[in-house]
Amino acid sequence: MATVIQEVRASYAFVERNINLTRRYWGWEIVFLLYSIVNSLAVTFIGAAMQQITGQKVDTSFLVLYLLIGTLVWSYLSVVFDAISEMITWERWEGTIEYTFMAPVSRGTHMIGTVLFAIVYGIVRTGVILVVVSAFFHVDLSKADLFSSTVLLLVGSISFVGLGIVAAVLPLMFTERGSQMTRVVEAVLLLVSGVYYPVQVLPGWLQVIARISPATYVLEGMRLSLMNGANVPALAGYLIPLLVMGLASIPIGVVVFGWAERAAKRSGTLKRSG
Amino acid sequence: MSELETPIAVEIEAVSKVFVDGASLGIVDRFRRQHPRKSVLAVDAVSLSVQRGHIYGVLGANGSGKSTLIRLVSTLLVPDQGRVLVFGHDVVKEEMTVKRLINRVSVEAAFFRVLSPMENLLYAARLYGIDGGVARKRIVEILGQLGIESEKVGEPLQKMSRGMQQKVAIARALLTSPVLLLLDEPTTGLDPRSKREVQQLVLDLRAHHDTTVVLTTHDMDEADRLCDRIAVLHHGRMVADDTPAGLKRVHGATPAATLEDIFMALTGHSIEEEEEEEAAPVG
Repeated sequence: MATVIQEVRASYAFVERNINLTRRYWGWEIVFLLYSIVNSLAVTFIGAAMQQITGQKVDTSFLVLYLLIGTLVWSYLSVVFDAISEMITWERWEGTIEYTFMAPVSRGTHMIGTVLFAIVYGIVRTGVILVVVSAFFHVDLSKADLFSSTVLLLVGSISFVGLGIVAAVLPLMFTERGSQMTRVVEAVLLLVSGVYYPVQVLPGWLQVIARISPATYVLEGMRLSLMNGANVPALAGYLIPLLVMGLASIPIGVVVFGWAERAAKRSGTLKRSG
Repeated sequence: MSELETPIAVEIEAVSKVFVDGASLGIVDRFRRQHPRKSVLAVDAVSLSVQRGHIYGVLGANGSGKSTLIRLVSTLLVPDQGRVLVFGHDVVKEEMTVKRLINRVSVEAAFFRVLSPMENLLYAARLYGIDGGVARKRIVEILGQLGIESEKVGEPLQKMSRGMQQKVAIARALLTSPVLLLLDEPTTGLDPRSKREVQQLVLDLRAHHDTTVVLTTHDMDEADRLCDRIAVLHHGRMVADDTPAGLKRVHGATPAATLEDIFMALTGHSIEEEEEEEAAPVG
């Protein structure tokens, strides 16, 4: 029991530390939030302007909602992915990685704390973007099934957490280029996951990659849920792959991370910064 | 015998550590057989033993293997050969047990610099399982004992002098009540007054707490003043291990020999020459 309490306290250490860092870097937080809001608005305005651009009759409110779901879901997923995948990069940059890795805390506890913060931070940040963007557009959610969309987002978070942990291994393994590699992974996910368009418009080989991206299932499921009112059973085709990916990628990520940590301690590359 | 009863705090047995330049966990290296990477033998078959309650100095120039040795003890590196025991626990096989017994202060203040001493130390306290309320009180107490005024406790660390930051680093280590404290050049770069204060802290630790200290330094006077026993490292190899008086007696040419004289006798260079040699461009 004492061990559990200690692990919970240790897990909260990462949540509290990240809240404090967010507070202290408030200037950058505002800049990044503003950029995300502007990005969401810019993308959604493309939908609103489609009738003027093409000169043909277009279901503008459908397009606005389609793009808005894409930009908001991607905003949330990318924040969760970044917060987890950058846990090593961030500590290296601050110069604290050795202190954190020397502490009597299991890597699982370290990850739970990081993930908890990432999910809460992602929800709050996306909520703020939603409120601001909603002021600019008429968003019709009359057909939406909010329960099933929440379930889908939570299950999608699990699979993205797993992907984030796997990506976090890269900076641990490749001290010089690892953090750049995580950015490439994120860029590929943005391209193939159907954030702003259906994946069917992609070339065949990219569609294959799209099917192994959890974001594809989250985005397609969210659109069905929020635009067509699909309930939980109707979303099974999206929830099951997400669950399988999450349940596979989290333990794989934790095991690979542990292996990479031991290897870094053997090679002496734990501390080195790019 | 529990770790609190054993008379030996640290046992290092024939430990070696090699670093390969540009190592990337061996994955790329497999494809580079035609152009093997340069390797450095950082620690070469070092054996030593630290008595509980002692301040044990590790003396050497930059690049002599002092910090590598500290990292091996603090579970941040895995030895290639030999083994390291902390109060009888193997640092590789019983990593978590060892982590609970130790803390380390490094030459560079490893802090989140935008966070305050309170925020940094609270983070450390929670990592070591200390309750937040208890930790807050102790943090103010310990920082006060180290001469850090209460109004500075909430200010970002980046606004503090290096001496103050180093005191906060020591406070962070004390907060977790380690039975083995690893001090890796804790006074390097400090002004004379801050250096003296940190040295006094180390002496107070031995006098008032049940803490064994392993201290690396290239400051001969500091080693002479603080340490019960001193090991001299030269290019990763241990060339002497004795009390300061014993080193002077055995290796000193005259009764008035200083540790600087001893260092020169053992390595053939002064510590400044050693460091210049280390810094010189290769080839």
